Amino acid sequence: MKTAELIEALAASGTPVPARPVMRQLVLSALVGGAAAAVIVVFGLGLRPLDAAVQSRMFWMKAGYTLILAAAGWLVSGRLARPGGVAGWAPALAAAGVLAMAVMGAMDLAHTSPTDLSREWLGESWRLCPWYILGLAVPVYLALAVVMRRTAPTRLRTAGAAAGLFSGGVAGAIYGLHCPESAAAFVATWYTLGIATSVALGWLAGPRLLRW
Amino acid sequence: MSANRSLKPSFVRGGDLVTLVALGHRQCNPYTAVNEDWMGRVANVEPRLKALMLRGLDGERAAYGEMLRILTPFLRAHFRRRLGGDGAEAEDLVQETLLAIHLKRDTYERAQPVTPWIYGVARYKLLDYFRRSGARRTIPIEEAGALFASETADEGAVRRDVMTLLARLPGRQAQLLRDVKLAGFSMEEAAERAGVSTTAAKVSVHRSMRRLMREVGDEDG
Repeated sequence: MKTAELIEALAASGTPVPARPVMRQLVLSALVGGAAAAVIVVFGLGLRPLDAAVQSRMFWMKAGYTLILAAAGWLVSGRLARPGGVAGWAPALAAAGVLAMAVMGAMDLAHTSPTDLSREWLGESWRLCPWYILGLAVPVYLALAVVMRRTAPTRLRTAGAAAGLFSGGVAGAIYGLHCPESAAAFVATWYTLGIATSVALGWLAGPRLLRW
Repeated sequence: MSANRSLKPSFVRGGDLVTLVALGHRQCNPYTAVNEDWMGRVANVEPRLKALMLRGLDGERAAYGEMLRILTPFLRAHFRRRLGGDGAEAEDLVQETLLAIHLKRDTYERAQPVTPWIYGVARYKLLDYFRRSGARRTIPIEEAGALFASETADEGAVRRDVMTLLARLPGRQAQLLRDVKLAGFSMEEAAERAGVSTTAAKVSVHRSMRRLMREVGDEDG
């Protein structure tokens, strides 16, 4: 077909188009994926006793930390879901969150006696925590990928990494409903590691899953 | 990325998409003094394209077509510069990009300048092309036999392959493609035979070709 003919054909089908509400669609798909992850936590891993947990400062600290990372991932995903989008300032928000948590963890460890150091830092579940977060991030990432394929990400790896941050943050927040650990150093290390792995996997999977 | 780096130097050469985007951002351009007449024609391209795009998004078809027509020479120059050859591949990319612009136009945010959005689509299509052709270049050695076999295959085998491909398309789409590309009907005749408008036939044939190319490409990769 000649290009001029194609243009005529396209122009002829140029019906009115409302803008696609990408940011809202991303939130909705994260909620769907997050619901799947929550089902896994509730019926697979088991909830921690929440009535006691909600009284502890660290429960909310964990939720706040993971949701800040999720929000940063959401903002970047939304921008990179469109052609020509740039990441903007949101990665700095994620970096600031990680830094703040690391400082809190380090300060806690500085005030811990050497004998308690490894218990404070490794807790009971350091081996499993990053893997659980990564596993819970998978359904969220897949739900995000469904939306992002329908938009038009043009930098697939970066967009994949952003979706990985979004899904990792959401997964971390949901995992907090199970995880009984309460040390800042634990969260700063093992939660961060799980979410960072989710970012890395998202970066790797981007070109494959986000192609359109 | 390396492809990204190779896009940069042409910024100063003018007349192609990178310059178009740069002008959209109102960055300074070294050509101003040298070629003012050329600049005079191109400098207002962002506001013009944006106005046409917005009217197009509201359903004004003439404005939308006008935008695509203004855009096309930029795309063509952009792709030709990067692909060389006889321009056939570049022209395919021009069409793919125009189609992508059309299909993804709901991702354009009205408050933003339109040229970076268009450039994003064009860059994606170019990288996608490199990725496809790169994959073809790295076919493992044991498949070399299959590659040469397809070149010496008798006509019957080729016809069978084409029919297998066509069978993957929905009935009317397959019929249109067969009529236009194999049976030699004109687009108008094929459209009449299928009982659709010429416009619909054109879009259908283009989509079919894209889909089959993609599926064949997937098998190669």
